[in-house]
Amino acid sequence: MAGPELHLEKNTEGRLRIVLTGEWRLTNSLPPPQALEGVLSGGPDVTLAEFDAGGVTGWDSGLLTFLLAVIDTCTLKGVTVNREGLPPGVNRLLALATAVPERQGARRGGARAAFLERVGSAVIDLWRSLCDMVAFIGETFTSLVRLFTGRARFRGSDMLLILRECSSDALPIVSLISLLVGLILAFVGAIQLKLFGAQIFVADLVGIGMVRAMGAIMTGIIIAGRTGAAFAASIGTMQVNEEIDALQTTGVSPMDFLVLPRVLALSLMMPLLTVYADLMGILGGMVVGVFGLDLSAMEYYQETKKAVGLTNVWIGLFSGFVYGVLVAMAGCMRGMRCGRSASAVGDATTSAVVTSIVSIVVATAVITVLCNVLGI
Amino acid sequence: MTMGREPHIIVRDLTMAYGSYVLQRDLSFTVNRGDIFIIMGGSGCGKSTLLRHLIGLKAPARGSVLYGNVNFWEAEPEERDRMMRRFGVMYQSGALWSSLTLAENVALSLELYTALKPAQIREIASLKLAMVGLAGFEDYYPSEISGGMKKRAGIARAMALDPEILFFDEPSAGLDPVSARLLDDLILELKESLGTTVVVVTHELASIFAIGNNSVFIDPAEKTMIATGHPQRLLEECGHPTVRNFLTRGEAKAEVKPGEKPAPCFLA
Repeated sequence: MAGPELHLEKNTEGRLRIVLTGEWRLTNSLPPPQALEGVLSGGPDVTLAEFDAGGVTGWDSGLLTFLLAVIDTCTLKGVTVNREGLPPGVNRLLALATAVPERQGARRGGARAAFLERVGSAVIDLWRSLCDMVAFIGETFTSLVRLFTGRARFRGSDMLLILRECSSDALPIVSLISLLVGLILAFVGAIQLKLFGAQIFVADLVGIGMVRAMGAIMTGIIIAGRTGAAFAASIGTMQVNEEIDALQTTGVSPMDFLVLPRVLALSLMMPLLTVYADLMGILGGMVVGVFGLDLSAMEYYQETKKAVGLTNVWIGLFSGFVYGVLVAMAGCMRGMRCGRSASAVGDATTSAVVTSIVSIVVATAVITVLCNVLGI
Repeated sequence: MTMGREPHIIVRDLTMAYGSYVLQRDLSFTVNRGDIFIIMGGSGCGKSTLLRHLIGLKAPARGSVLYGNVNFWEAEPEERDRMMRRFGVMYQSGALWSSLTLAENVALSLELYTALKPAQIREIASLKLAMVGLAGFEDYYPSEISGGMKKRAGIARAMALDPEILFFDEPSAGLDPVSARLLDDLILELKESLGTTVVVVTHELASIFAIGNNSVFIDPAEKTMIATGHPQRLLEECGHPTVRNFLTRGEAKAEVKPGEKPAPCFLA
């Protein structure tokens, strides 16, 4: 099979014969159309270009793009092109490709925005998303007010389903993670405390650490990845599917119908999950204490009981509640503000998880500072 | 057109825009009670966006939409909710709530806005589903049925509260010719038997001529409407090249020459 070849023959009457032979396919390496430019610019002036494609044994889009480039170059140089010598199929396709003129303004500008412009638009975007966030919090609040005045409507069965999805369905993973966090805390503490022969204080460390902070934080992060992402994805898909529009035209507020049960469910269940995570963490610490530090289970239990006051439990529960509200709001907000494409749903899910985790950490910092200032 | 020409929806000087990008300007037309009104135009001209303005999902940049003599976008939120309850919408993809069965989809608005007992609601939901040919599918979820069935279930849901106006967004898109025809017949049947006003967004010529008795043609090039009237009369009388081309499936081979602005044709 002969490869594609290009011969340019110029005669004295200003005619250029473009002779094509061989197999003109994309898979073969095609001659560059630039060769023509050299011929056109040097030598006697060419006024007419014609084709001889008798030797072409096969062709595909490769030949077409080559010819389009050739025709463009010729038109630019004021050379008339006679396309008669081309195979009829090629001619028809070329006619098709040049039939509809390019729409004015349709082509996207390739120029990159200036640095300042990019910084500016990034700041404006940030400001907008901040405003959006505040607006969403406001909407959720008014929806909550409607609930208490008995005017918000959602289905009880939906609420029960969401309650189950964000609580009992999450128990296995919460168990595993908190047990391991308890173990890790105990191991890390034990190395230091052993130096002083104060192994028993591992119980204090694990107990206070889990109950006051780690239990709630770890649960919050698990729920952000599990339930928050699911909220964003399911509401986002409903947005893509016009289901939210359908709710609105039925006269149902999507805030009441979709967001409210989710926020309520998660803020109810997060404190409960936190208590459970605390217990699992303490159990993990106890495993290390009993099997690694030769403490008796009873001894460990008594020490934990002494160390963990009720205040710490309240702080943990309160944190859990706050994280629940944050995760649910972040998930629902990203879902409600989702665009109308599959990739937008992906973006919504990602940013729901990011927003949740960032807000959990910020909230923890705020709660910690507040407790410190208040001396709790 | 011997029926009473009582205006049902009046659109006045409506301008639609996304931010600073104007999609269409100065749209003014009237949908009479009992009409099957077609919103037509080429792809991307803003047909569906116009529908979103009519059903209260997007506020106009300028102009007004009146139902009877109430200005929708200036009404109080409660009044607006009440108005929205009087119309039903069938979305392009059906837009059934995916977490609910077909019966529950139809029943939701009944549960919310009527004092009926669950058994009665269930009966009405079954009836509506049977009317669109989906008897026996009450307990199926939207993901378990075909595209055409979803559209029909969408109609059943739109009809749940016996609305005065039904809106259809591209009812026959993605359907085989026979199903599309059945859907047209269903729309005609609803209009005849219930006297419902119907507004259909479509670019299916067969449907346009089969069911429409009034229409508006909006054009992306001129960014406004260029024709109104009965589709059949538009085909016979309208001289605007874009409209002629559209209604003849390109057979007319009419073209708008650059710089030329053909006269719009608004048939009374």
